[in-house]
Amino acid sequence: MKYYTGIDIGSTASKVVVLDDEKKIVNHFVLPTGWSSKETSAEIARRLEADGMPINEEMKVIATGYGRVAVDYAAKTVTEITCHGKGGYALLGRDCSIVDIGGQDTKVITVENGMPSSFLMNDKCSAGTGKFLEIMANRLGVGLGDLFEMASSGKALAISSMCTVFAESEVISHIGNGEHREDIAAGVVDSVVNKVAGLCSRHSMKGDVLLTGGLCECEYLISCLSRKLGTKVYSDPMGRFAGALGAALIARGKK
Amino acid sequence: MENKLNLPANFEGYPEMRKKGFLNMKAQKDMGKKVVGMFCSFVPVELIHAAGLIPVGLCAFTDEPIPAAEAHLPKNLCPLIKASYGFALTDTCPYFFFSDLVVGETTCDGKKKMFELMNEIKPTYVMQLPHSRDKDALAFWKGQIISFKEKLEEFFGITITEDAIRDAIRRKNRERTVMREFLELGKLDPAPLSGYEMGTRIDAGSFSFDLTERCNVVEARTAEVKAEWEANHGESGTRPRLLVTGCPNTGVRDKVIKAVEEMGADVVAFDTCNGIREKVELVDETNPDVYEALAIKYLNINCSVMSPNQSRLDYIAKMIDEYHIDGVIEIVLQSCHTFDVEAHFVKRMVTQEKGVPYLNIETDYSQSDSGQINTRLAAFLETIEK
Repeated sequence: MKYYTGIDIGSTASKVVVLDDEKKIVNHFVLPTGWSSKETSAEIARRLEADGMPINEEMKVIATGYGRVAVDYAAKTVTEITCHGKGGYALLGRDCSIVDIGGQDTKVITVENGMPSSFLMNDKCSAGTGKFLEIMANRLGVGLGDLFEMASSGKALAISSMCTVFAESEVISHIGNGEHREDIAAGVVDSVVNKVAGLCSRHSMKGDVLLTGGLCECEYLISCLSRKLGTKVYSDPMGRFAGALGAALIARGKK
Repeated sequence: MENKLNLPANFEGYPEMRKKGFLNMKAQKDMGKKVVGMFCSFVPVELIHAAGLIPVGLCAFTDEPIPAAEAHLPKNLCPLIKASYGFALTDTCPYFFFSDLVVGETTCDGKKKMFELMNEIKPTYVMQLPHSRDKDALAFWKGQIISFKEKLEEFFGITITEDAIRDAIRRKNRERTVMREFLELGKLDPAPLSGYEMGTRIDAGSFSFDLTERCNVVEARTAEVKAEWEANHGESGTRPRLLVTGCPNTGVRDKVIKAVEEMGADVVAFDTCNGIREKVELVDETNPDVYEALAIKYLNINCSVMSPNQSRLDYIAKMIDEYHIDGVIEIVLQSCHTFDVEAHFVKRMVTQEKGVPYLNIETDYSQSDSGQINTRLAAFLETIEK
C-alpha cells in the first residue's frame, strides 16, 4: 500500500493528511506544534507508525509550513502558499481566492487552473492573524471559541491600532472603562476582519472566497468576513488541513 | 535545480571592494585631489569629472548607523536615507569623511529634508530637481546644472571649461556603454552569470576612481563571460529568469537576490538605479549646448520621483521581452513612497499587459524578515516553475 503524506508544521498547530493512491484521505490529525518543530515532527512519525503508516519507502512525505525544514524524513519541502492553494482548490473543487488566517501570518492566494497564480501576505506584524485573537482572548480571560461566542452577541467597540501590542492596550483601557466583554470581543474580531479585508482588497481577488486555517469553522468570523468583503465566504470542516492536504496532493503527484 | 551561486574564483564581494576603495581614496587625497560626495544618479557627474574632482557615492546600505540616525530622523523614513545620514552623523564612513563637498538633489522628500540636516555636518549643496519632463522643467534643470558648475568653480576655486565637459561626457558615455554591455549579458539564455555577480560588480565598480580602469575591468569580464558562454552554453534551462525592479537593492542584495538565485532562479535584468536605468540613454555628444545635452539626459532617468513616469513602465515592458523574463520582483525599501505608489502601475502592467507573475517585496536593511522573504520568494518560484 502506498501512502502520500502532507505535513504542515504551522506556528501554532501541526497538521497531517495521508492520502492513498486514489487520493482518498485515509488519515488526518492535528498536534500542537509546541516549542520544538523537530520534536513535533518526530511525534508525527511515531503517530503515523502507530496508525500503521510507518515512514518507509512505501510512504512519500512533503513538508510545508514554518517548521517544514524540521521534517527530516520529508522528500521535499514546498511553501505553505502553494500547498494552501492546491489544498483549497481540492476542497472547493474550483478556482477561487483562498484566505488563510494562520497563527503567525495571513495570506491571500489566487488559484487559477488549479494552480496558485499570485499571493499576498501581511507584513512583519501579527495584527489580523490568529495570534492576535489568541492574545486578545487571553486578555479577556476566555478561550478562542468563547471569544467568538461572546463577540456574536456584542456591539463592536473600536480597536484601531495597527499593532497588536498597542491594540492590547486599547483593549485594556476598554476593560478599565468598564465596557462589556461582549462588546470588546466583537471589537477584537472586527479589527481582525478589517485587517484581513484590507489585505484582500490590496490583492486582486478572483472567484469565490474560501477560508482556510485554524479559524475555518468559526461561523461568526465567516459571517463578519462575508459581510466585509461583500461576497459569500466558503469554508470547509477540513479547512485547517488545507496546507497539509495540498502537500499530500503534491506528494501524490499527477497521474 | 542547482542551489549554489556560480562565482568566479577571484570574486570579491561588495564590502571588500568598498574597503579597498578607502585606501585608494586616501592615496588620491594625499596627492591633493579633492572629492565630491553624491547620492544619486541624477547628479551630472560629468561636471565633477570635468573639474578634475573625484566623485564618490555616499548612499549607505547597512543598518548599523540607523539607530544613531533615528536620534534626528523619524523612524518611518527609508533605510537608505537613515543609513546615509547615520554614517555622516557618527563619522563612520571614510567616503563621507574624505568628501570636501557633498551634493544632494531634491529627488524625494525624505532626502531633500535630510540634506538640510547633513549640511550642519558638512557643506551640502542641493540641486533642485524638477519632477516632470516638459520644456519648463528642462529649462529650469539646465539652469540648475549651470548653477552646480558655478558652485564647483567657486567652492574649489577652479574653472570648468566646456572642452573639459565635452571630454568628460565622452568618457562617461563610454563607461555607460561598457556597464550596459555587461548588464546586457543577462539577455543571453541560459543566463551566463549570476545577477548577484552583475549587481556586485556594477556597485563595487564605483569604488575604483579611475574611469578608464573601471571600464577595462568590466570590459574584460564581459568578454570572458561571453567567450565562456559561447563555448559551453547548453540548452535554455529550466531556471526561471527574473527581472528586479524598484528601489536601489544594494542593501538587500543578499537577502533577496542571492536568496532567490540560491533557490534556483536567475536574476538576469535590473531596472534599478544600480542597474541599467541610468545607462540606457547617453548624453548627446553632438549637441553644441553641453548643458542642455546634460539636462536632457538626466531628466529622462526613469526614477519614480518623476511624475508621470510612463517611460519606466515602457522600459520594463521592453526588458521583459528582450531578457525573456518569467517573473518580476519589485523591491521597495520601507517608506519609499514614490516607488511604493508607482508599484501599482508596475504590477498592473506586468501582470495584465505582459501576463508575467509579479512579486512585491517591501523590506529594509535588517535581517529580521529574511525568513518571511524566503517563504515569499520560494512561493513565487513555485508559481512560475517552468
